[in-house]
Amino acid sequence: MSILGNRVLRVEDPRFLRGEGRYIENMPLHRAAWVTFVRSPLAHARVNGIDTSAAEALPDVQVLTGADVDAPPFGPPPYWNINPGMVRPLVAQDVVRFAGEIVAIVVSDDRAAGIDAAELVAIDYDPLPVVLTVEEAAEDETLLFPDEGTNVAARAGSEEHDEELFSGCEVVVSDTVWSQRMAAAPLEPRSAAAELGEDGRLTVWLTSQTPHTSKMVVAGMLGLDPGQVRVVSPDLGGGFGAKMLEVEGVLVAWLARKLGRPARWTETRTENMLGLLHGRAQRLEFTLGGTRDGDVRAYRLDVLADAGAYPILGAYLPNLTCLMASAVYEIPRVEVEGRSVVTNTTPTTSIRGAGRPEAAQAMERALDLFAAEVGLDPAEVRRRNFVPKDAFPYTTATGATYDSGDYEGALDLLLRSAGYDELREEQRRRRAQGGPVELGIGLGAYVEISNPVGEAEFGEVEITDNGEAILRTGSHSHGQGHETTFAMLAAERLGLPVELVTVIKGDTDEVPTGAGTFGSKSTQIGGVAGRLAADGVVEQAKALAADYLEASAADMVLDLDTGRFHVTGAPEPALGWADLASRAAADGRLGELKVSHEFQAPPSFPFGIHLSVVEVDTETGRVEVKRHVAVDDAGTIVNPLVADGQVHGGIAFGVGQALYEEVVFGEDGYPLTGTFVGYAFPSAAELPSWERVEMVTPTPNNVVGVKGIGESGTVGSTPAVHNAVLDALAPYGVRHVDLPCNGENVWKALQEATA
Amino acid sequence: MIPAALEYRRAGSVEEAIELLGSDEDAKLLAGGHSLIPAMKLRIARPTALVDIGRLDDLRYVREDGDRIAIGALTRHAALEADAMLGGSCAVLARAAGEVGDPQVRHRGTIGGSVSHADPASDLATVLLTLDADLVARGPAGERTIAAAEFFTGPFENALARDEVLVEIRVPKAGEGVYLKHSRRAQDWATVAVAAAHVDGRVQVGLSSMGPTPLRARAVEEALAGGASAEDAAARAAEGTDPPSDVSGSAAYRAHLARVLVRRALEQV
Amino acid sequence: MTRIALTVNGEGREAEVQARQLLVYFLREQLGLTGTNVGCDTSSCGACTVLLDGESVKSCTVLAVQADGSEVTTIEGLARGGGELHPVQQAFHEQHGVQCGYCTPGFVMATVSLLKDNPRPSEAEIRHALEGNLCRCTGYHNIVRAVEAAARAGA
Repeated sequence: MSILGNRVLRVEDPRFLRGEGRYIENMPLHRAAWVTFVRSPLAHARVNGIDTSAAEALPDVQVLTGADVDAPPFGPPPYWNINPGMVRPLVAQDVVRFAGEIVAIVVSDDRAAGIDAAELVAIDYDPLPVVLTVEEAAEDETLLFPDEGTNVAARAGSEEHDEELFSGCEVVVSDTVWSQRMAAAPLEPRSAAAELGEDGRLTVWLTSQTPHTSKMVVAGMLGLDPGQVRVVSPDLGGGFGAKMLEVEGVLVAWLARKLGRPARWTETRTENMLGLLHGRAQRLEFTLGGTRDGDVRAYRLDVLADAGAYPILGAYLPNLTCLMASAVYEIPRVEVEGRSVVTNTTPTTSIRGAGRPEAAQAMERALDLFAAEVGLDPAEVRRRNFVPKDAFPYTTATGATYDSGDYEGALDLLLRSAGYDELREEQRRRRAQGGPVELGIGLGAYVEISNPVGEAEFGEVEITDNGEAILRTGSHSHGQGHETTFAMLAAERLGLPVELVTVIKGDTDEVPTGAGTFGSKSTQIGGVAGRLAADGVVEQAKALAADYLEASAADMVLDLDTGRFHVTGAPEPALGWADLASRAAADGRLGELKVSHEFQAPPSFPFGIHLSVVEVDTETGRVEVKRHVAVDDAGTIVNPLVADGQVHGGIAFGVGQALYEEVVFGEDGYPLTGTFVGYAFPSAAELPSWERVEMVTPTPNNVVGVKGIGESGTVGSTPAVHNAVLDALAPYGVRHVDLPCNGENVWKALQEATA
Repeated sequence: MIPAALEYRRAGSVEEAIELLGSDEDAKLLAGGHSLIPAMKLRIARPTALVDIGRLDDLRYVREDGDRIAIGALTRHAALEADAMLGGSCAVLARAAGEVGDPQVRHRGTIGGSVSHADPASDLATVLLTLDADLVARGPAGERTIAAAEFFTGPFENALARDEVLVEIRVPKAGEGVYLKHSRRAQDWATVAVAAAHVDGRVQVGLSSMGPTPLRARAVEEALAGGASAEDAAARAAEGTDPPSDVSGSAAYRAHLARVLVRRALEQV
Repeated sequence: MTRIALTVNGEGREAEVQARQLLVYFLREQLGLTGTNVGCDTSSCGACTVLLDGESVKSCTVLAVQADGSEVTTIEGLARGGGELHPVQQAFHEQHGVQCGYCTPGFVMATVSLLKDNPRPSEAEIRHALEGNLCRCTGYHNIVRAVEAAARAGA
């Protein structure tokens, strides 16, 4: 019986439960210098001078500034087509462009001394005018990089505009949604440490989802041969797309060489809220047109994204938003245009969903507005416009080729599971009764793109001399449980119990190459690569067993229930993995039982639909999620326990965006949400239990049929909750509420609608 | 985050604490530490020395004293929340104690520390002001009683002299009382909170986060005394207030919330 | 420096500490008990929750000197003899209440404290009792299931 599809408990749990997580901050590092970054409190200013004397008067304290740093600036890879003149110096020198930018580095013997000294670094700033919103930035009046002549950092989609796009449409609706700036807020703040070995090699410990890419960048920036750098990323306490390599990691690596002693840094939460890159921050202006009987004919989406002060991945993400603009619908005419502009704020990057939630937020609002205009139920208007089940593979007007899907099936399953008709009946009853608390029901259909750039991943399986297996993967994990799911995928092919397959990841000396974990691609390429490597090992083992059993390799089979090799049709004699491995080891042939595999696949397209039931207190504006039912189809499910957990976490993240979270800056650009007091992501007390409904439509893109599931919950939940809030407020004539739909924003919308 | 360097002295008695406070003008009193230590970590507060009274267990009590209830200043929020007598005779205070922070905070934080911190968003300070509580302070010259209305002098400022220690809080046995708190998350400070209780036969109403200190909704109380309906009285809830604008709500939204919550509180009380 | 003596996970410990030393850094850096994590600066996240004289507290908001003479239990002190997981730890494992693991020690300690006061909490009581602990991975669903399971197991 296959282990796949079973709720296998995670093998990584015990160390976390015992308090033995291998986070970088827990690692002893003898003689290490403690690094404290001095960050600008101003969002835009000229730096006239830095006086380090008072700080350096403290015992054993050294202060470095940008003038001391001889590494090049930090910028995006060229293929993202981001303005190359907008790169970020590792340490600001003449100008700071966001509050939180590093202006000096304090080196001390311990954490407390570093904080004491950092307070004493005196910096003379001349404030410059700040640009905080994308609208202001797009005007190009105040420029962050005057030499570039514009604040536009990157473009996506097409600037061409068809004046006839909506011709023939009887009903046209439009609105603008600000998909607000979010913080990834992983519970583990970032750490970095570095040590120059006696052999001259540099080991860098990074809280990075992409150790191998990080190694190449660190080596490149420090002018080292990649072979001279080892990057280790042990347990990550969450990442959500934001924990990639950043300037801090490069600086710590640089410092270990500069100082000639190990260096380490762990940020405070306050520092994390300023320094860890933010996400979303896209202005979505949409227009949707169709016929009076509910057929959608045309859609236009204009994305204006906030790249923050130094454009990097966030500036590229409008490409994904534009690509996914037409979502789950068959729309003949679609126009998309994206621009990313720089502002005096923390730079933006990918966070859970990364460009796809924004596409879904715009489209799902458009659909509800359209439904209201043509007088159809929101479920019905979706049903009429879904890409039909028999159309896959389906290429959208924006050029995405969806691998597999059954959108109407997902809707039917959702409506049945949630009891949609009964919910609408209850809503009618309550509306008739009256009262300040309104019930709202919202739908959020989505398709997202996982493994969005069709990458390859490395997997290797090696049998040890006691007949167990080691699986090396170039993928990584920041909490998703890959040590368990990847082991399951290989164990099933090896006929070994899952606990005998040990997954190794996150160390560039242990694993030769890898893409890392982001874009919901880990299992579908990394897990599959390990599984295919296991298949390779089985083939090698058959040949070896054939030698020992004096049979032909072509006649050998592996009994997956017992993990024993024998000749077809003759269960004895047989060799188990332990026997085989010990004999091979004795004969010097164990190396034959080690196979690596690099697996590349095109993107896959997980999809689903969420239904949220909310209560809105129309007096206080408070919104409470009463139920949230989610159909998420990510193809074949390897471990339902883990998949459920991914969806639950995704939903909470999406509900956080819908109702609670927003990174906010004051007029001067100083962040007002720089702690977990200001940045209010929800606790258990604000949220209900989630109702997850499984649906499986395998992808043809890999042998397992698995798609990504890490981000799905987030993509579907925000629009479902947003639509539910607006559904609750429909009787008041409200057709727009700003995100997050917190008490104040709901109250404002009610004020405007009833004014 | 780590506090700035400081001295630490543990007081064995209130008198010793008074003496230690008198000898160092930048010293601060440490009780549970749940208002002070967070501020010290962010280095908003930088005392040169802490005088720790956290071990003075004889300041932990809740007892009836005639028609009043006397509460030792070091009584923890969790103890107030769970106290059966308080739950019966002054339920609004017990309920508000259960709204402070979260369980971990309530296990450590004390009523005296919380009230002395004089945060305009404080749950307990708002209720004490509403109840016309008396705050008993001890200093070099002995004890004096400060009316709650005189105690909160400004944001994070109170009427205690530098070398005075708040030792006891005395509240009336109140009739029906209500504490309604609107916050973004359960653990957060109130965006606005409203306390309403029957005291000496009249309804008194207090507001948190509506100005530089916890406030009494005097206009509401006057309207009620004049026979106004709950709705009409509540419409005056924001009169005389000066609510802040911050990430948990704008001044206008707070004023609106105050009117809604006061009306609801009056309907329940 | 101040000399303190306390019991940590059943073992008597004495140390010299700076007055400003927070209990969490005392545990992590002076005693090497790194299971207790630091997730924020503002007593918001609960990752540093330990038991102080049997009650849950945020060890980032307690000075080491305040714990003098007290009994501290950290996540490392919870597993029973023979290394077997404590029923609360076991329930978090079985209900998949753990993802990245960083908030986990704090949630486990908060749960131990909750179940001591209220052995059979309702879902609403559990959610309210965990208001001081933040998790970014699980959406709390399976954490709540874990607390329910631990309560059923008589933890």
